[in-house]
Amino acid sequence: MRSKLIALFIALGCTLTLVACVTINIYFPAAAAEKAADRIIDEVWQIKKGEDAVKGDRPAAPK
Amino acid sequence: MKAMTESRVLMFALALAAAGQALAQANLEINTPAIASLQASMQQRHGQLAGLYASGAVGLTRDANVALRDANAVALAQRQQVNSLIAAENQDRAALYREIARANGKPEWENDIRATFAQRWIEKAQAGWYYQNTSGAWVRK
Repeated sequence: MRSKLIALFIALGCTLTLVACVTINIYFPAAAAEKAADRIIDEVWQIKKGEDAVKGDRPAAPK
Repeated sequence: MKAMTESRVLMFALALAAAGQALAQANLEINTPAIASLQASMQQRHGQLAGLYASGAVGLTRDANVALRDANAVALAQRQQVNSLIAAENQDRAALYREIARANGKPEWENDIRATFAQRWIEKAQAGWYYQNTSGAWVRK
């Protein structure tokens, strides 16, 4: 009885892991990619943390 | 009793593996020497490009590159130099997108990464800079 239950749990665990693997392989992690892009862009463009370039309301770069 | 303990250990290991995968998905690996060196080279080049973005000579393309937008904004004598800057920047950008995909063991993600960058470059651009909208027309931010 108990060994059947254990077998069931193991099977369930394996299935879940497999599903997780397949999901990760199919879907591009868009949110993670955005975060990574932001970190790289901040570095390349020297945007300081807290400074919001999106608003663009700081004195614009000299014309 | 022994079987029970074993199954617990196994379940724990499975849970740990699942958590590890969730964590791996939450962040992309960008801390590699190749990415760092591309970043440094682009950061240095930005010193020269910033003025060209501001004058509208160079704009951000919809495919996550940079392009000459208004050749007239560049003195004739400097045009060759600006073209080389643009070519070098685009080369670094292509390598960057490829390297990020590779660092994460998913070379097939390169185009998705490029598309993500295209949006983020524009989002983070300063007011007054030019970018291409989705139909390819130049827009002043």
